[in-house]
Amino acid sequence: MKVSEKDVDYVADLANLELTADERSSLVRDLNSILEYMDRLNELDTSGVPPMAQVSDQYRTAADKSPVASFGAVLREDIIDGLRKSLPHQQAVQNAPDSDGTFFLVPKVIER
Amino acid sequence: MNLDRLTIDSARTAVEQRATTAVELAQSCYAKIQKEDGQVGAFLTLSHDRALEQAERIDRMAAEGKPLPPLAGVPVGIKDVMSTRGVRTTAGSKSLDTYVPPYDCTAVSRMEAAGAVILGKLNCDEFAMGSSNENSAYRPVRNPRDLDRVPGGSSGGSAAAVAADMAVATLCSDTGGSIRQPASFCGVVGLMPTYGRVSRYGLIAFASSLDHIGPLTKTVKDAATVLGVIAGHDPMDSTSADVPVPDYVADLQKPIAGLKLGVAKEYFADGLDDEIRHAVESAIDRLKQLGCEIVPVSLPHTPYAIPTYYLIATAEASSNLARYDGVRYSHRARGFRTLSEMYRRSRDEGFGPEVKRRIMLGTYALSAGYYDAYYLKAQKVRTLLTRDFQQAFAKVDAIVTPTSPTAAFRLGEKSNDPLSMYLADIYTVTADLAGIPGLSIPCGQTKENLPIGLQILGRHFDESTILRVAHAYEQASS
Repeated sequence: MKVSEKDVDYVADLANLELTADERSSLVRDLNSILEYMDRLNELDTSGVPPMAQVSDQYRTAADKSPVASFGAVLREDIIDGLRKSLPHQQAVQNAPDSDGTFFLVPKVIER
Repeated sequence: MNLDRLTIDSARTAVEQRATTAVELAQSCYAKIQKEDGQVGAFLTLSHDRALEQAERIDRMAAEGKPLPPLAGVPVGIKDVMSTRGVRTTAGSKSLDTYVPPYDCTAVSRMEAAGAVILGKLNCDEFAMGSSNENSAYRPVRNPRDLDRVPGGSSGGSAAAVAADMAVATLCSDTGGSIRQPASFCGVVGLMPTYGRVSRYGLIAFASSLDHIGPLTKTVKDAATVLGVIAGHDPMDSTSADVPVPDYVADLQKPIAGLKLGVAKEYFADGLDDEIRHAVESAIDRLKQLGCEIVPVSLPHTPYAIPTYYLIATAEASSNLARYDGVRYSHRARGFRTLSEMYRRSRDEGFGPEVKRRIMLGTYALSAGYYDAYYLKAQKVRTLLTRDFQQAFAKVDAIVTPTSPTAAFRLGEKSNDPLSMYLADIYTVTADLAGIPGLSIPCGQTKENLPIGLQILGRHFDESTILRVAHAYEQASS
């Protein structure tokens, strides 16, 4: 067993998930079975292989650059006013579970 | 108005020639939905007001004899992972049960600007995570071809709506096969464009390096029409490519004789159902008769695609779904005492089991001590999978494969075994990982009358070639 119940608790904590006891035990089972399958990646020697985080990483090294030469250049000059206007206040908070109309309300974080 | 087999082409022509009106088309679709969607479960939210306002606008243009845009009056549905201003958008999740976006997804506004009439939002697996649509927090979708079977996922509602003639076309997302696999299960056409071809601004993010938007339609020509509308650079999405958009519909007329089509043995290995193998091999023979040259190619890292995909997709998902904290939007639990407790309980109540499983797997793969062994390893194998395609496409113009190893399975058949559900994505995840375009078209059916899909994969930004091959096949087999 790769993943223990303690590991599941730790990861749930990182992910901000509160799990029930049932969820915890089924996740121990599922994660172990899935990760065991994932281990087949270790059959491959990847030393010297660069990691690929984005598809555009590959375009720039592809032999045929012609149609996609401009792809992957994701930086642009700043646009001071933004590409679109900010949402009006009322719209920005309309989906909030709790709001006073100006701010999003959450439980008190700092006691004094 | 008879909606059976109504295409974008025929709907637009009927509106233009005043044989019908856009309002009548929309109302016919709503009547069909009212009558049949109780059984199928394709739609989550209907947007009558928005649809009729747009339909009336199109009808006025038609009455005045003005030139009509390419989707004028065409009734469409939108998978519920794309933001629609003023229309509830749930991503199939209880956590967004009451979410009403303040803005439109770029692809949606381009569809509407091209005259499409948006009927409503379509059911899907929660946050597009699933291969059967059984992970919808609202209800599963049933396959219109056989109501005991799944429609595929995650765009199950979108494929079912087109297959059942409740919408003429739908706009969907594909992260690991979510357009192509349901297209194959429901017997319709599904196109995933190249990564970066279509803006994702306003798409609810699942895995950002893998998410694509594309159409589900009844014909290849319709898919080409929709792609022409939604493709192109968008300043609001820095991953959208600034690459010219060809005339996909005009390109369908180019000949396919002489094209080299690759066949990779790795896509015909163990686990492929015999009926599917037979149908796909017949389709390949047909393409050969049409003048294509069939060339064996090898994609040797294919057996590693599923672990690679499920590590990268879940890692990215665990990060993307961190935003659902019950503060600015999304479900908030009651009765908490601290902020931390509010986050945890809100997320536990808002997310379903598969979403939690993927967040947990992704968080684990990214956590200290496991990052190199899982996430980084998967990113390296992603490079190898992409190189497989680069080498193959140096020899061939497109690659033909089955879309899915089986036809539509029964509801409940795989829902208790997440790994067996993941393995069903074996032929589709590779294109998402490499960022290449792929489509699925019907190529026959099983003895039980279940549709079978042929997948055609192409070079980056070469949707024209795969559409052209698919169109020629479709014309020859209809």
